[in-house]
Amino acid sequence: MTSTLTITHLTKRFQGVEALTDVSLSVAPGERVALLGHNGAGKSTMMKVILGLIPATSGDVTVCDAAPGSPAARRQVAYLPENAAFHPALTGEEQVRHYLRLRGEDARQALPLLARVGLHDAARRRIGTYSKGMRQRVGLAQALIGHPRLLVLDEPTSGLDPVSRREFYALLDELAAEGASILLSSHALTEVEARTDRILVLSKGRLAASGTLVDLRREADLPVVLHVTARNGYASDIAEALPGAIRVGAALHLTCPQSDKLAVLGRITGLGDKVADLEVLPPSLEDIYSHFSRGTV
Amino acid sequence: MRRVISTATTEFRIALRNRWVAIALVLMAVFSLVLTLAGSAPTGGLGVDRLSVTVASLTSLSVYLVPLLALLMSFDAIAGEAERGTLPLLLTYPVSRGEVLVGKLIAHLAILAVAVLLGHGLAASVSISGDAAATSGLPALWRLSWSSILLGATFLGVGYALSALSRRPSGAAGLAISLWLGLVVLYDLALLAVIVADNGGWFTTEAFPFALLANPADAFRLYNLSASGAATTAAGIGGAANAIPAWQSLFSILLWPLAALMLAGAAFRKVTP
Repeated sequence: MTSTLTITHLTKRFQGVEALTDVSLSVAPGERVALLGHNGAGKSTMMKVILGLIPATSGDVTVCDAAPGSPAARRQVAYLPENAAFHPALTGEEQVRHYLRLRGEDARQALPLLARVGLHDAARRRIGTYSKGMRQRVGLAQALIGHPRLLVLDEPTSGLDPVSRREFYALLDELAAEGASILLSSHALTEVEARTDRILVLSKGRLAASGTLVDLRREADLPVVLHVTARNGYASDIAEALPGAIRVGAALHLTCPQSDKLAVLGRITGLGDKVADLEVLPPSLEDIYSHFSRGTV
Repeated sequence: MRRVISTATTEFRIALRNRWVAIALVLMAVFSLVLTLAGSAPTGGLGVDRLSVTVASLTSLSVYLVPLLALLMSFDAIAGEAERGTLPLLLTYPVSRGEVLVGKLIAHLAILAVAVLLGHGLAASVSISGDAAATSGLPALWRLSWSSILLGATFLGVGYALSALSRRPSGAAGLAISLWLGLVVLYDLALLAVIVADNGGWFTTEAFPFALLANPADAFRLYNLSASGAATTAAGIGGAANAIPAWQSLFSILLWPLAALMLAGAAFRKVTP
């Protein structure tokens, strides 16, 4: 089966400023891909190019075997904009019925769709009375219309509480299992909760990293932090045995490269009774993300 | 077609909730009634039936009110979607920009048509109930009704174009009001000023008729006054009605809605969400 989305050497320039530079990637059917980056890293620009809302300056984009924005592509692609907005005078049901008819689907699916995103009770209230999270759910409901082959979701979890976020990812799992490709963007690695198959990091319009979370962790090769707590009075002995450690009261903070981790642990266990406690802190998701998104590669 | 109808239904619902339907209906009904009742006094002396005189007054009312209502309903059509952030999502749907525009036009034009027909219907009922001979004014009133709807379509199209060009509702509203003031009020004043200065020269004899036909509001007024024979009761620019053949003003009022809609389509196509 061919890729749902293929991008080769995509560059997008706005009045001389490059928003995207030579980006190449592909998304396979059923694959869940997270697109990470700061504000202004080029995530939304890339999504708009994929949707055909803005033209690419150079490079090729193929969406479901069609050109972005062509009628064939639009029929198969669903979009959830950042801060999904709708006309406040319409009810959730009316809005979704309209979207169903625009896609040539049966308008009676509106209520089941809204129920699927947990909005059944509010379906007949005007969207003007909805909270941000509820509007986001209407946005999600419209993105589910007509079994799209590609879902482009711009910061879909912003405005959702942790429980809703879990439910949202469960819904994505179902869609991916049915063969839909999902491209979603986020500010932070913690937000995507490693619930995606692949992670792309955009930094200043360039693709800074691409791979699974395990790949990224290995590639970043960030130091491990060790917190050693000394038994009363032994702090100076331990500091001598572990050169480079920083003493903070009775505790010592130590950083070492991944490759030295076992050797350092060996030395600490060698100190025996002098050590009261030991904590090993692997690089956090935030650290890994910062490493790539700061453009330090 | 289904997409156009769905867009039209949704737009109509929004207009209903935003009170635009109520505002248009009440304004047209109240003004038509006032003009019919107030215009009934001078009929005896002029030797024409009551409704024909009312048609002349209603023509002046339509020239001001129909473009205003059309612009008020249309200025938000694209700029509003852009500002609310609903436009990018809409444009990723398998619906063309032309279909979106036509859907909005159908809804807004339907509201205008209902308002016009309500106002004119009230005028006809009041006139005929007071003067049985007033039925002879019905053809003129019917002509006024459909040409008012065409005038509304023109200004709806122009309003969409302004909405697409300005991209912000506040800017679009300003442009819409300026356009209304310019075409409906100041245009005639400017023409009169030029004629006075020209003193029967080239402008008055050659350019003036074209200047009138080029303005959809003036063409509308000319057509209704010249065709109804009510020109005798009208003053000002309306006095020029006899100098220009009715087919020319008819051509102008038929052509303008198409031109305005094409203009709106071209402006909308240039909008990048």
